[in-house]
Amino acid sequence: MTTQPQDPAQPKEKIGVYVCHCGSNIAGIVDVAEVREWAGQRLAGRGVTVARDYKFMCSSLGQELIEKDIKEQGLNRVVVAACSPHLHEGTFRTACGRAGLNPYLCELVSIREQVSWVHTDKHAATDKAKAVVSGGVERVRHHTPLEPLRVAIHPATLVVGGGIAGIQAALELADAGKKVYLVEREPSIGGHMAQFDKTFPTLDCAACILTPRMVSAGNHPNITLLTWSEVTEVHGYVGNFTVKIKQRARHVKTELCTGCGICQEKCPKKVIDDVYEAGLGYRKAVYTPFPQAVPKYPVIDVENCTYFRKGTCRACEKLCPTGAIDFAQKDEVLTVQVGNIILATGFDLFNPQKVTQYGYGRLANVFTSLEFERLTNAAGPTNGAIVLRDGKTVPKSVGIIHCVGSRDRNFNNYCSAICCMQSLKFAHLVKERTGATVYNFYIDIRTTAKAYDEFYQRVLEEGTLFVRGRVAEVTDAARLPGEEGKLILQVEDTLAGKQRRIPVDMVVLSAGLQPRADAKATAQVFGLSCSADGWFIEKHPKLDPVATMTEGVFIAGCISGPKDIPASVAQGSAAAARVLSTIDKGEITLEPVRASINATQCSGCRICNTLCPFGAISFLEADRVSEVNPALCQGCGTCVAACPAGAISGTGFSNDQILSQIEGLLMLNMEYA
Amino acid sequence: MSVNGSKPKFAMYWASSCGGCEIAVLNTGLKILDVDAAFDVVFWPVAMDAKYKDVEALPDGAITLTLFNGGIRNDENVAMAKLLRRKSQILVAFGSCATEGCIPGLANLSPAREVFDTAYGTVSTENPMGVRPQPEVKMPEGVLHIPVFASTVRTLEQVVDVDYFIPGCPPESHQIALVIDLVIQALNGKAQLPPKGATIGAGASTVCDECPRQRNVKKIRAFVRIQELETVDPDLCLLEQGIPCNGPAIRNGCGALCPRAGAQCIGCYGPAEGVVDNGARLIAAFASVVDSNDPVEIERILDGIPDPAGQFYRFSLAGSLLHASRAVR
Amino acid sequence: MVDQEHFEPVIIGFTCNWCSYRAADLAGTARVKYPPNVRLIRLMCSGRLDPTFVLKALAGGADGVLITGCHPGECHYLEQNYKALRRFLLLRRTLVAMGLEPARVRLVWASAAEGVKLAHEIETMVAEIRALGPLRWRQNGFTPDNAHDAHAFAVAAEEVSA
Repeated sequence: MTTQPQDPAQPKEKIGVYVCHCGSNIAGIVDVAEVREWAGQRLAGRGVTVARDYKFMCSSLGQELIEKDIKEQGLNRVVVAACSPHLHEGTFRTACGRAGLNPYLCELVSIREQVSWVHTDKHAATDKAKAVVSGGVERVRHHTPLEPLRVAIHPATLVVGGGIAGIQAALELADAGKKVYLVEREPSIGGHMAQFDKTFPTLDCAACILTPRMVSAGNHPNITLLTWSEVTEVHGYVGNFTVKIKQRARHVKTELCTGCGICQEKCPKKVIDDVYEAGLGYRKAVYTPFPQAVPKYPVIDVENCTYFRKGTCRACEKLCPTGAIDFAQKDEVLTVQVGNIILATGFDLFNPQKVTQYGYGRLANVFTSLEFERLTNAAGPTNGAIVLRDGKTVPKSVGIIHCVGSRDRNFNNYCSAICCMQSLKFAHLVKERTGATVYNFYIDIRTTAKAYDEFYQRVLEEGTLFVRGRVAEVTDAARLPGEEGKLILQVEDTLAGKQRRIPVDMVVLSAGLQPRADAKATAQVFGLSCSADGWFIEKHPKLDPVATMTEGVFIAGCISGPKDIPASVAQGSAAAARVLSTIDKGEITLEPVRASINATQCSGCRICNTLCPFGAISFLEADRVSEVNPALCQGCGTCVAACPAGAISGTGFSNDQILSQIEGLLMLNMEYA
Repeated sequence: MSVNGSKPKFAMYWASSCGGCEIAVLNTGLKILDVDAAFDVVFWPVAMDAKYKDVEALPDGAITLTLFNGGIRNDENVAMAKLLRRKSQILVAFGSCATEGCIPGLANLSPAREVFDTAYGTVSTENPMGVRPQPEVKMPEGVLHIPVFASTVRTLEQVVDVDYFIPGCPPESHQIALVIDLVIQALNGKAQLPPKGATIGAGASTVCDECPRQRNVKKIRAFVRIQELETVDPDLCLLEQGIPCNGPAIRNGCGALCPRAGAQCIGCYGPAEGVVDNGARLIAAFASVVDSNDPVEIERILDGIPDPAGQFYRFSLAGSLLHASRAVR
Repeated sequence: MVDQEHFEPVIIGFTCNWCSYRAADLAGTARVKYPPNVRLIRLMCSGRLDPTFVLKALAGGADGVLITGCHPGECHYLEQNYKALRRFLLLRRTLVAMGLEPARVRLVWASAAEGVKLAHEIETMVAEIRALGPLRWRQNGFTPDNAHDAHAFAVAAEEVSA
């Protein structure tokens, strides 16, 4: 009949407030001494017994200050006013732990990112810093000791994307003895690198260095290679993801196929290959994208296969020596369990047709960089001959335009990082193979990595002509003598300070890189977020470039922004190292932010039952109450906010903590002081 | 009524209220005799003749138990709340008006002037001279005073310190009987009173806890008024049928009377234990079952709740965080 | 009475740990400037936003409340920002019914990369609230909107001194 209110008597808090100068980062705008003095005096009635300011709270001396006060002054709560909790929350919690205080009784409030770095008025910034400290003090009074959650890590890993970054990550893990599922949506792994002929700045052949890696990945006993496949669903959480992978029907029985290639040879249907050959060459309806493909098994492209379209032909089936063709094969869905996920889904090339003034698609001899890669490739449509669109004329002059679609406010503001070196490589290859005159049209030359600038010097010495200026137009409308039958580049030469018209036979557009067209959809499948550009966001751009905001999901290569091959490979290895450390430890610790339901107060209304996307809430029919499974709960707090009976509470972000923080931020505590 | 001065003293007062709470006490039936046996009733305007000055004459703390019903609407209510607080050992906010403002609290949605305009200036009132009551009127015999009308209705706790809260409009008689039993037992040393500030005479959960209707996972595509439905499933959760039933967020203790009778809970027992703002709980609950991610469609579904302030704060407005509307025109 | 000329709005902002709080961090790192009138609270998700928090802020003296979360479809917890959206729309209807100008509660989607956008939204909101003036939520008890004005003040004064 009667109910009990919460016990209003609380142990007396002894709170230490520490205001960081961060050198002049905070102290330059916020009067830290005033904040310290104010907190010590005006918040004394709210439990503040120690208030200090210090040059660098995160230094070992700063941390020792806190530890000493906890031990000598008996502090039972700590508020540090410094930088973002995303930077140093761990630092100060650990310091508290060393001094014997439960780490979760420490609150870090940001007066740098949220005050000194974004405000200019010193007086207003100091006032706001006081409010922020006051909010932290009120909040921390309601903190309770917590223990971090421990989650076991399934030892298998999913790697999505079989380009060089994904291959590298998969091999690192597999070589360390860990099981890997490598998923690639094309028929073969290899990615963009497999399309290149030479790689800058060393000019070693892409196939020569990539193929052995592809073969290792294909043969590795610890790698399950799933090509022609896509991840459709991901459930679960770090340590234990359940992944659904759709394996498209190859219509080739891989257990029988020997990769002899007779089917491809005999298939009567030719299809323009706009993936691997960038539209310059043909493939068959049954095909492997390139001779070194891994796996060696072809696929049947049902949209173009005569049998699938018209019901007759079956040439491949008749001629296959092992009877491996299977028209009845169906798509299959595989379900695998993994502990971690590495995404290496790469990039799309910017479509230069969007820059209409450059005439791509309208002027025959304007090529994209990827088309040009195929032209120079010995295994490409021209066997490596650099020729015009007619397939035979060798150009006598070539213009290479940098930054197409990059560093351009009409398209992408960012620098695509690889185009300068790619354009220099093209200039060198044209010179080497044709002796043609080469013009490079650039904004700036960016040759920042090892041996890059040396390569630039070499190309300069080879006699390539560099024109600084963004090309205004590529046209075939001849106006001056010598322009007939040529492509004319209209450009302001900003070094010479004049307009120039430069006639050439061939134009190469060094197109930038952009996020995959389906990046957002991919991000949703894996519960990640993309930047406004569409690149995936790192956990920290400098200090944690391969982790994401989602525990257990890592990113490598161009998925997070344009990168060259060495950087992509390094990221593949880095992501693998991050995953390995969790697998070898066997578990990871997580923030103890979880919801729980008070069964006495729960009325079983089932309103929360619709709210949890992780399936953590279930309804117990017998008891007519709902229950949270802490292993599935991710701690978002949506059910806590929704419970009409107030029966659900959430650790770390409790109602008391937030409501008190609001009071503190509004300085309502001043009245009680 | 007993006049034996040695018994503990009992008082019941009505401030701004309808009288329903008094009826509910009398509805306890024979239990009322226990009150008379255990207590010396010193002040109870609805049941006996006593004057304010009789109460003023009592020593401070002389009354053991005061059940205070009604909200605080005028300065007479304030004065009586303060007087009874001073004279009582246990002051109980009795019923919805005293605990959270109840229906009279809805007047907080309008400025006091509009309340007067409606009361004295609309068709239901015959007032050809357009008279408005004045706090002071000079008459040949002297100055007449009537209580000063406050700009808002307040709860008892917003004016004086309160020991216990008994919710309900009115509190259910069986719950009142249990409270009376408890107090009598506690006075005889046979039971312990709950800690100060507790809500008594009710449960800690919500109406759904006592509602026998079948409930499932809820997804609402339209809210409807119950009278607009041709048939209401007698066994299924009303909210699941799109009827805006406040039961999920309303304290249990009534036995889910309204949903059992086929009507939605309108919320007279106030929020569940520990809840800061009843309306906020209802907003969160109703929004949670809206089945759309599209802002336009969500707005369309929410159009089914034409009076959100009335829906979510019907009984609790005066006691809510915002306690009133901002309507000062 | 607050001096309208020197009125500095106070806005409580609720941020999501994964997007808008990081956008605020990013605004800081990039030294993007915005007015100091907003004070932020970190939640794990916009879905954690209990309408009580907004009411508490408005009742406690805030002139406006900014609610932020991940863009639709980009929630760190898959879809909880939609739940925040529904709640926000119903809360705003209720507050408007209680006489609040709708601009005083604002919902903004800001990804972790949108420090500039967040700063811009804060700037816009501060300007709008400044134009609206202080909230000054209606006082309880005896205030000047009373039918019995003169008496109300006398009674209120007495009540305070009592």
